[in-house]
Amino acid sequence: MESLVINLLNGISSGLLLFMLSSGLTLIFSMMGVLNFAHASFYMLGAYFAYAITGWLGFWPALVLAPLLVGLLGAGFERFSLRRVHAFGHVPELLITFGLSYVVLELVRLIWGPSAVDYRVPAALEGPMFTLAHVKGQGLQWIWGMAPESICGVATGASCTQFPAYRGFMAGVALLMLGSLWLLLTRTRVGLIIQAALTHPEMAQALGHNVPRVMMGVFGGGCALAGLAGVIGGNAFVTEPNMATSVGSIIFVVVVVGGMGSLAGAFVASLLIGLIQTSAVTVDASLITLAHQFGWVVGESNPAYPMLKITVSQMGPILPYLLLVLILIFRPKGLLGNREE
Amino acid sequence: MSSAVLEFKPYNLGRWLVWSAYALVLCLAPLLSSSSLAMTMLCQMGIAIIVCLSYNILLGQGGMLSFGHAVYSGLGSFAAIHTLNKVAQGDWAIPVSLIPIIGGLGGLLIAALLGAVTTRKSGNTFAMITLGVGELVWSMSLMLPEFFGGEGGISGNRVVGDAVMGITFGPQIQLYYLIALYCFVCTALMFAFTRTPLGRMLNAVRDNPERVEFIGYDTQRVRYIAFMIAGFFAGIAGGLYTLNFEIVTAEVVGAHRSGAYLLFTFLGGALFFFGPIIGAVLMVFATVLLSEWTKAWLLYLGLTFLFMVMFAPGGLSSLLMMNMRVLAFGLFGRVWKLYVAMLAAAIVVMLGLTAMVEMLYHIKLNEAMGPELTLMGVTLNTHGTPAWVGALILLVMGGGLLELARRKFAQVWSQVQDKIEHEIRRREGH
Repeated sequence: MESLVINLLNGISSGLLLFMLSSGLTLIFSMMGVLNFAHASFYMLGAYFAYAITGWLGFWPALVLAPLLVGLLGAGFERFSLRRVHAFGHVPELLITFGLSYVVLELVRLIWGPSAVDYRVPAALEGPMFTLAHVKGQGLQWIWGMAPESICGVATGASCTQFPAYRGFMAGVALLMLGSLWLLLTRTRVGLIIQAALTHPEMAQALGHNVPRVMMGVFGGGCALAGLAGVIGGNAFVTEPNMATSVGSIIFVVVVVGGMGSLAGAFVASLLIGLIQTSAVTVDASLITLAHQFGWVVGESNPAYPMLKITVSQMGPILPYLLLVLILIFRPKGLLGNREE
Repeated sequence: MSSAVLEFKPYNLGRWLVWSAYALVLCLAPLLSSSSLAMTMLCQMGIAIIVCLSYNILLGQGGMLSFGHAVYSGLGSFAAIHTLNKVAQGDWAIPVSLIPIIGGLGGLLIAALLGAVTTRKSGNTFAMITLGVGELVWSMSLMLPEFFGGEGGISGNRVVGDAVMGITFGPQIQLYYLIALYCFVCTALMFAFTRTPLGRMLNAVRDNPERVEFIGYDTQRVRYIAFMIAGFFAGIAGGLYTLNFEIVTAEVVGAHRSGAYLLFTFLGGALFFFGPIIGAVLMVFATVLLSEWTKAWLLYLGLTFLFMVMFAPGGLSSLLMMNMRVLAFGLFGRVWKLYVAMLAAAIVVMLGLTAMVEMLYHIKLNEAMGPELTLMGVTLNTHGTPAWVGALILLVMGGGLLELARRKFAQVWSQVQDKIEHEIRRREGH
């Protein structure tokens, strides 16, 4: 029970992190029609910038400065490269961001080296946020912070599960960020202009708004979101040059599963995939176990044995892609999508 | 184009000449150099040409940007190596020269299976799905060591079965001619495909899918069939890869390889049929030679790609064809001086950039070997300021000159194009 709760919370926090990435991607896509292949590269840049700034000014300034820097880089890329390609159509737009992902990867390798860097969770956020203790005969207990020896010591025989404080911080930052993004988009004048430029770019332009500049802002903003995700995700997971590739394909899955251009869909899909990824790791059963339940014993001589013996935890990395394939077969426009391409 | 004039002749003479020249080049290429490096590169080029052309059925002819083409060539390789090992064990009796076909059938089968899902969408969504499917297969390859051989891969031996007319495929030269034969036949088949009604339909689906649907064709089916054909040819290339290297690791289905196919097909040019052939040759040069010369080759490659997308989205082949047109209209005299100027400025920029990048890499990777590095005969001291300042000056100065020359060129180029359009209209008016 207690591990189920913790798993659920872990899944939600990594799902929220995924949504910070996919929301930027979705915004950029629905506004400019550009699929930003380099989105995960900006995520990686966020993590590396935060690592560099942490060593110099500390973690808290990095939390603000690194996303801003990434956002500026993104806006600059839009202004000087992407805008030039805009006239050629969508495929060159996708290709130029693909080229950018190559260049960013190589530059990161060049500056910070090919192996992982030591980007750590700040000391203030280390340790557990709360502990769930299952004490014999007393049911479940909720304890803030580290549980005392008297409850969770080896001698008591209680089973205790901790929820890391940093995970909570991650979820908090993501929620705060997304809340303010929502307020910005729906309750302010800037948000109004962005929405207008999203649906009626010509009309917004005719009313005197600089739509290309709005697009630059949205691109930069989306990249800054990815950068922020990198700042808080880089030390929760690992900061290395491969982090962009491993996250990049997952956020594309999120965007397709949720429905292209649908923010709500991206939210649902992010949480779903976050939950799938974290909970799959804990299941140590395979199809053979399932077969045993029905009294069918699969031996090693069975030709399908290598396929069937894979456990769910081993299958973890491919589950999002399997979900993608299933969604495409049964609901091609995505969970909450409304545009049919 | 001159084909409008040649159309009424019984033979398309130009086409016969081009194809004969292509066959001749393939036959005579090994005579250029007998070194084993040249031989290896030629074999790889033959394979790369098939796979890049097959990729261009998707990218150029169908407008489908795929990030997972290596899945089909890679699984073709695996189908071929397993067949080769079965032949070696005496289970199956298939001549080695036909094993690439088995690879092709493997690629076709996988493309039929996965394409049914991926081709449901087009455009950006298609691109994302192919990426996802590529990742799926790549992760699977790590999970199923029984089929994919795990870390070490699966190795085989191509000298199996009876020798046909004394050909065992042991010596590399014999394999080269097998690859060259496959390369020529596949190129011809893929060119023929572009001339079939289906090939034309595929172009229509790329350009205006709504209209195609309106006149009663199923765009998804057209994409699906084209996808399977591309998968088949990719699989043949994969089978040849197996014969060439005699070892197949999971890396052949990876995203890196798919990315390379995309990158070089685009650099060669997706708009013309022969573009990917240029791209394939470049791919082998880059991966075999450039990666030997410098550690920073991926950075150079990425930057080249960025600039190509920005300034010449049609790739090298389209640059070539546009200048051929200028030449044909006798206007090349107006642009060649600017080409020389741009080339000179570009060389200065590249010198500056290369010096800086190489010095950075030297500091990062070879610091133990001292601060000095030799680049193109010049010794640079990475610790002293002069080298850095010099490189920066070259970069800035060259960049400024290049931009000036480029602006002038853009102006002259559009004048020249206007003139050509005008001339074409005048001739049509006759």
